[in-house]
Amino acid sequence: MTPAAGDRQAATAAAGHGAAPLLDISELAVRFGPVRAVDGVSLRLPPGPGGLGLVGESGSGKTTIGRAALRLVRTSAGVVRFDAKDIAGLRGKALQDYRRAAQIVFQDPDGVLDPRMRIGATIAEALVAHRMAGRRAAAEQARALLAEVGLDPAFAARYPHQLSGGQRQRVSIARALSVRPRLLVLDEPTSALDVRAQAAILALVGRLRAQRNLAYLLITHNLAIVSELCEQTAVLYLGRVAESGPTGALLGRPAHPYTRALRSAVPELGGATTARMVLPGDPPDAANPPPGCVFHPRCPLAVDRCLTEVPVLREVAAGRLAACHRAEEVLATSSASPGPAPASTAEGSPPGPTAAAPPA
Amino acid sequence: MRLAITGLQVSFGTRRVVDVDELHVGAAEIVGLAGESGSGKSMTTLAVLGLAHTVGATVRGSITLDGTELTSLSQRELREVRGRRIAAIFQSPATAFSPVFRVGSVVHRTLRLHGMSKSEATEAASRAMRQVLLSPGLLDRYPSQLSGGQLQRVAIAIALALRAEVLLADEPTSALDVTVQAEVLGVLRELRDRDGMSVLFISHDLAVVAELCDRVAIMRDGRIVEQGPAARVLSAPADAYTADLLAAVPVISAEAGP
Amino acid sequence: MIEAPAPLPAQDAVVPRGEALRLGLRANPLMTVGAVLCLVVVVVAVFAPLIAPYPADAGSATHPFAVLKPPSSLHWFGTDNVGRDILSRVIFGARVSPVVAVLVLVIACVIGIPLGVVAGYFGGWLDEVIMRVTDIFLAFPPLLLALALAAVLPPSLTSLVIAIAVTWWPWYTRLIRGQAASVAGRPYVESCRALGIPSYRILLRHILPNSVTPLIVQVSLDFGGVILTASALSFLGLGAQDPTPDWGLMVAEGQNYFTTAWWVVTFPGLAILVTAFAFTLLGDGLRDLLDPKRAFLP
Repeated sequence: MTPAAGDRQAATAAAGHGAAPLLDISELAVRFGPVRAVDGVSLRLPPGPGGLGLVGESGSGKTTIGRAALRLVRTSAGVVRFDAKDIAGLRGKALQDYRRAAQIVFQDPDGVLDPRMRIGATIAEALVAHRMAGRRAAAEQARALLAEVGLDPAFAARYPHQLSGGQRQRVSIARALSVRPRLLVLDEPTSALDVRAQAAILALVGRLRAQRNLAYLLITHNLAIVSELCEQTAVLYLGRVAESGPTGALLGRPAHPYTRALRSAVPELGGATTARMVLPGDPPDAANPPPGCVFHPRCPLAVDRCLTEVPVLREVAAGRLAACHRAEEVLATSSASPGPAPASTAEGSPPGPTAAAPPA
Repeated sequence: MRLAITGLQVSFGTRRVVDVDELHVGAAEIVGLAGESGSGKSMTTLAVLGLAHTVGATVRGSITLDGTELTSLSQRELREVRGRRIAAIFQSPATAFSPVFRVGSVVHRTLRLHGMSKSEATEAASRAMRQVLLSPGLLDRYPSQLSGGQLQRVAIAIALALRAEVLLADEPTSALDVTVQAEVLGVLRELRDRDGMSVLFISHDLAVVAELCDRVAIMRDGRIVEQGPAARVLSAPADAYTADLLAAVPVISAEAGP
Repeated sequence: MIEAPAPLPAQDAVVPRGEALRLGLRANPLMTVGAVLCLVVVVVAVFAPLIAPYPADAGSATHPFAVLKPPSSLHWFGTDNVGRDILSRVIFGARVSPVVAVLVLVIACVIGIPLGVVAGYFGGWLDEVIMRVTDIFLAFPPLLLALALAAVLPPSLTSLVIAIAVTWWPWYTRLIRGQAASVAGRPYVESCRALGIPSYRILLRHILPNSVTPLIVQVSLDFGGVILTASALSFLGLGAQDPTPDWGLMVAEGQNYFTTAWWVVTFPGLAILVTAFAFTLLGDGLRDLLDPKRAFLP
């Protein structure tokens, strides 16, 4: 380990403000009938500020993991710990506290707000339900939250159908923020939005991260977004972690053939920076996963071993975990292309391993 | 110019949603029509297909295909043009395939509607399927048994089999996974290079447009604010709105070191 | 950088609830017609003794010399088979038939809606139990079940109401359960659960308001149906008895004279028609009014 890399690793750890993770997912498995949506996933998210990106395509299980972290789906195996407490065992007040501490923003800006409730009431609803504030005070806070997400307080009197998709997404974020969560799960927050609305949401998340010391789980298929907002990223394929590590390093020098293919498939404004590698075939059937490594039917590097032996997620370099028999080779041969220069976002600087914790 | 759109105005009553002075697509060329939602991109597609009236819009202006003026054709004449000379694929391939019919029967029926005999149709369908990198055996399946990417490619295969000159692609990859999208984009490039097809590619994703298109037109509120070679427009835009859009596109910043 | 809301088109403007109702009435002329007609029925019912030309005919009076007289200036709607003035009986009927129908529908809703909403939202065994019970009730031909019940209970209007209501509620449970299940799956409900909002609140404030729309229309359409069911039961002797001026009973009894004295059936029938129609219009308008997207659309 070179001194520079050691510094970076220390800095990454330091950015997590201490050793105990806020969210600790261990060997999580979620089955829907014969379908193994999540098949043995372990992840750790340190307390804020900071983000963990969950990247994958359809069928990867990333959305299910996000829901499991909030106890919105029943898990078949594994443990999810929040603040070192098993969330499955929470009851009564402890459960209520948890519901306030961990929140989720869904991906579909259309169905996410009750069409019959005015915006102000929707945002204030949780406050009133939890008796965190009286009617008047809740309405006040709702207006403040609207301002925080960049919307004029006049929006409070409107109905969801009178807002654009991007505005509804922001209202959804305001609603999640009303209970002052410490963990925010963002499930594809920008997929359904125009590019400028997307940029606004990303800037908003960056702002909230700094202002509220927020830790977040960013679930997306968009590599550029995790690159902007997440220190760490995990790439998922068919319910398993293919690889994980610091975002910049993971995207720049993948240690798993799938990550490489993903990176290569993403269209970029400046044109292709790496040789385009097209993955043959289609994503496999989750009810009938291939034997051995689930990726082997589409993997350009598959060898005999891959057909029979399931690769274990292991450390292949400092802070880099990968589940591939040939991970070291992949890492070594990943093109060291610098890629386009990191664009500075409107608010806040891109989180990189060298960035120190934001000023208090 | 294969497809030439001049002075196109599409309106709902007094509200004008498309006001395009000039937009054309040549042979063996992919032209991107990019913009945000509500910019009028999809209405332009409908207008070219002569289907704008089905949503209650009125169309004025000129749309020519190889010199033939489409706006003056009757619906019956347009039906012959649609599919055979101008094909279209949309964001959700499910719109092209009824779930109760096998995919192959939809393909066959379309080909036969446009005058092919049974054997011609079978032959053309198999050939087209192979051109989009799909096994012809997949034609026996129902739409629910095929993935989004596969369905989209079958839709393109229909256009190929009919030897359409122009393909209108309205957000064809927006609902697809990125690796599947890469495959479909590859097929579109093949159409241009190998078959000389003209493609009008409508999308809100500027990065996809940057990679795929030869020329691009940026649309805003029904008007084209800028058009030109993709490489130029998307790296050195002349219009402030274009620059705004480009600045908003998130970029992967990856580092080289371990 | 705070984003200001775009100005709304005039018809979409945000208005306080009171004014919203007034605007809604203006924008929905048909509903206003329905509301006015219903009001007329209510007024007729309330002031029946003052409006009816022969109030005694609503009771057990008989006039052997005026049997089956056609409409005339003396008896605008003619007389029935015992000589009673049909107009007066129709007027007094407004106190009976609509009330029976409304009571039945209200009871059916009170039983059916909570069961349906709970079944749809919670799913699982609760759903199974409720739906199987509902299925049992649905399996009986409605008239048969109502008959059985009415036979056990002493013949009266109260028994009539109970008998019909018991056969009516399962339809509403089934109808609303489907809606409730679909609403329960929507992202905003899931977001409520994620926010820790208690189930009863979710049920009251989200599931119920968003599931009830198809029911409103169904209930308004059922008004006529209930009256006719009541008439069948009354005709069979279970429920309203002669001389009660129940419209349905009048229609049922008058069928025998239809070919010779058409007016005996027609006028009570028209009364049923007009009232049912008014109810339907009201239901349609109410549904539109409750939908924030359509509230003020003409």
